Amino acid sequence: MLAYFQDFQLTWSYFFDQLVAGLTLGSLYGLIAIGYSMVYGILKLLNFAHGEVFMIGSYIGYFVLTWLGGAADPKIPVAATIALMFLAAMLGAGALGMIIERFAYRPLREKRASRIAPLISALGVSFFLQQLAVILFGSAPKQYNAFAFDNGSLFTNVTIGPFTIQYMQLFVIVTTVCLMAALAVFIARTQVGRAMRATSFDLEAASMMGINVDRVIVVTFFIGSVLAGAAGVMNGLIFQNVDPYVGFQVGLVAFTAAVVGGIGSIPGAMIGGLAIGIGRAFSIGYVSSSYQDVIVFAILIAFLLLRPSGLFGTPAPQKV
Amino acid sequence: MSEPPQPERSGPAIGADEWVARSGERAERPRGLVGRVQELYERIPKSAVFAFVVVCAALVPLLTSQTDNDIYFLRVGTVALVFALLALGLNVAVGFAGLLDLGYIAYYGIGAYGYAFLSSDKFGIHWQAWLVLPLVVAVSALLGLLLALPSRRLVGDYLAIVTLFFGQIFYIVATQGYRISFLGLNKDLGLDRANWDLTGGPNGIANVDRLGVFGLKASSERAYFYITLIAVVVVFAALTLANRSRTGRAWRALNDDTLAAQAMSMPVNWLKLLAVGLGAAVAALAGTINAALLQGAFPDDYNTQVLIIIYAMVILGGAGSLAGAVLGAFVVSVLMLEGLRPQTPIGDFTGNGRWVFYGAIIVVLVAAIRPWRRLAAILGGIVAFGVVVHAIVAATTDRGTDGLLNTGPDTYTDGGPLGWLIRHWLALPAGTYEAGSRNWFNFALVSLIGLVLCLTLVKGWKRDALIVPTVWLAGFVWETRLAEETSGPTRLLLLGALLVGLMIARPQGLLGRPRVEIV
Repeated sequence: MLAYFQDFQLTWSYFFDQLVAGLTLGSLYGLIAIGYSMVYGILKLLNFAHGEVFMIGSYIGYFVLTWLGGAADPKIPVAATIALMFLAAMLGAGALGMIIERFAYRPLREKRASRIAPLISALGVSFFLQQLAVILFGSAPKQYNAFAFDNGSLFTNVTIGPFTIQYMQLFVIVTTVCLMAALAVFIARTQVGRAMRATSFDLEAASMMGINVDRVIVVTFFIGSVLAGAAGVMNGLIFQNVDPYVGFQVGLVAFTAAVVGGIGSIPGAMIGGLAIGIGRAFSIGYVSSSYQDVIVFAILIAFLLLRPSGLFGTPAPQKV
Repeated sequence: MSEPPQPERSGPAIGADEWVARSGERAERPRGLVGRVQELYERIPKSAVFAFVVVCAALVPLLTSQTDNDIYFLRVGTVALVFALLALGLNVAVGFAGLLDLGYIAYYGIGAYGYAFLSSDKFGIHWQAWLVLPLVVAVSALLGLLLALPSRRLVGDYLAIVTLFFGQIFYIVATQGYRISFLGLNKDLGLDRANWDLTGGPNGIANVDRLGVFGLKASSERAYFYITLIAVVVVFAALTLANRSRTGRAWRALNDDTLAAQAMSMPVNWLKLLAVGLGAAVAALAGTINAALLQGAFPDDYNTQVLIIIYAMVILGGAGSLAGAVLGAFVVSVLMLEGLRPQTPIGDFTGNGRWVFYGAIIVVLVAAIRPWRRLAAILGGIVAFGVVVHAIVAATTDRGTDGLLNTGPDTYTDGGPLGWLIRHWLALPAGTYEAGSRNWFNFALVSLIGLVLCLTLVKGWKRDALIVPTVWLAGFVWETRLAEETSGPTRLLLLGALLVGLMIARPQGLLGRPRVEIV
C-alpha cells in the first residue's frame, strides 16, 4: 500500500514534468500556428510553406551560432549570442516569407487562379525549400549543441511551486508570452493592425476603403514568418539540432493547432498550440513516443467532428 | 506597389456562358499548315487515337530482348504505367471534383501492404491474387470514404489537412509498426512476442508473391508491363465513362461552385466521398501491382515525396484531363525520375540528366519566346556570353576552366564532343568538387534562384537580357552542384519548382483546358 502511494507521488512530479514539457512545446507550436492562422484569416490559403520558413529560421540561428564561435566557446556573451540568433533568424525568416508571398502567391492572386492553385503552389514551395535545404546544408542534422552554453547552466532546473522547470524552458515560455503580447498590441493598436483586421474581415471591401491590400498581405506574411523564425531558434535550443525535414513535421502539428484553436483567430492559435503541445507531451510521457502524431491526429479528427470551427472560431456564414 | 495597367489580359476568360467565354480561345487557333493538321487530327475519333496509343504501347515489349539495357528500359515503362495509374486515380479527386486529397499516398500504401499481408511469407498467408485484389481495393475505397466523412461538412481546405495527416499516419504506422505492444497485453491477446511485428518497420515486407491466376505466376518484366498496361487501359476507360456520366457532370459542377451545386439539390457530401473513395480504389490497385512488381512493400515508396511526385504528374498533364494525367506520368517518371538519374541500376546509361536538363531549358525557351528573331538573338547571346566568360576566366586564372563533367558521386568524364562544347561554354574550375569549395557553388545556386525570381519581375528587353546570364548560371550550377545530387534532392527540387512555375505560367497544364469564368 505504501509503495502504491510512493508511486503516486512519483507520478505527480512526473505529471508536472510532462506538463512543463507540454507548455514549452505548445508555445513553439502556438508561435508557428499564428502564422498559419493569420494568413488563412486573410487569404483563405493553407500556407504549407510556413513550416519550411520555420526550418530555415532554425538553420539561420544555427549558422549565426556557428559564426559566433559555437555554443561551447562563444566570442561574445551568451545572452548577446542568443539575442543575435533570434534577431537574424526572425529577420531572415520574415524576408523569406515576403519573398514567398511576392513570387509564389501574388501572381496567382493577380491571375484570379482557381481555388486549388495556390494550395498546389504552396505545396511546391514547401517541397522546393525542403529539398533546397538538403542540397545546401545536407540532410544530416546540424547540432546546435546548446547544452554547452555557459557550461550547461541554461539547462539546470529551477523550482516554482509544484513545477520543476529548466531555465531554457522558462526562457522559451517567457519569450513566447512577450512576442504574443507585442503581436496583440500591434494588431489592436496600430494603423497596420487595424488594416489587417479589416482585410481579414472582408478583403474586397477593405480594398475599396483605400486599404492597400497587397501591403497588408505582405505585412501578414512578414509577421507570421518572423514568429516562425523565432520558433525555429527555440526549437534548435530545446531539441539541440535542426534538419531539413523538421519544418514539415512541426508545421503539420502547428497547423493542427491552428485548426483546433479556430483558424483565423490569433488567441485561438496560441491556445490550440498549448493544447496540442500538452497533448503531445503527455502522449510521449504516458503512451509511446512513436505514436505522438497519431494522438494529434485523433485530437484533430475529434475537433472536426465535434466543433469544426475550433475553440475560438466562429462558423463563417457563406455569402453568395 | 501599384502596377500600371497591363495590355495583356490576366486571369481567366469571362463570358455569359461557356461558349462565349471560350470564343477567344477558338479565335486564337493557329492558321496555315499547323491549323490544318490540328483540324484533321480533331476529326479522328478520340477512341481511335486511344486504341492506336494502346496498340503502340503493347508493341513496345516485343521490341525488347533480354539484355540488361532492355530489361531496364522495360522496367522504366512499367513504373511509368504504375504512376500513370496513380495519376489517373488522383485525377478523380483533384481534377474532377476539385478536392485536395493529400492522403492519396496512403491508399497506394494500403494496397501494397494489404497485398503483402495476404500473399507473402510474412504471416504465411498465400491467397490467390484474384481474391486479394478486389478485397484490398474495396477495403481501401471504404477507408477513403470513412476518412472523408469527418471532413465532408467542411471547406475543401480542411479535407487537405485531414488527409495530409492521414498520409503521415500511414507512413508512421508503416515505419514504426514492427514493435507494437498493446499496452503490454500482447500475451493476453494471444500474440507471442512483447513487441508484435505488423509491417516490418523500415525494412518493409519482403518476399511478396508475384501476381498470378490459378498457379500461373507472372514473373517476367514483360508480363508485368502487360498487366499494368491492361490495368491502365481499364481504369482509363472506366474513368472516361464516369466522367461523362451524371456523376461526372455533378463533380464538375461541384468543382466550379459547390454552393450552386448544393442549391441544385446535388448530394454534395456524397459526391465528395465518392470521388475520394474512387481515387482510393485506383490507388490501391496501383499499390498491389507495385508490391507484386517489387516483390515487397517498403515504407519509403509510400511517403510524402511520392505524393508530391504524383501531384506534379497530374498538374503537369492538366488537372481534369485523363490523357493529361497519363502524359504527365510519363513525362515526370521517365524524364525527371529516371532521366535525371546519374547511373541506372542495370544497363549502362550514364549521365542522361545533363541532356534532359539542357534539353528542357531549350524547349522552354523555344516554346516561350516569340518571334523567331528574338529567340535567335537570345540563343546567340547565351552562346556568346559563355564564350566571353570562358575567355576571361581562362586569361585570368590557371585552372578556372579545366573542370570535368560530373556524372554522379565522385565520377567525372570529359563527356565526348558535346561535353567539350559544354566545358568551353561554361567555366568549370578544375579539382574543386571537394567539400570545401561547395559553399561557393551553393552561393551560385542561391544566386541562380534570385536571378530566376528577378526574371519574373522585369519585362521587355530587360528580361531578354537577363535570360542570357540566367541560362549560363543554370548550366554552371547544374555542372558544379546539381548533377552531383541527381539521385535525390535535385530531382525533387526541380519537381517543387515545376509545381510553382506551372501554377503561375500555365495552370491548366499540358492538355487541360484553361479555366473560364461564367458571369
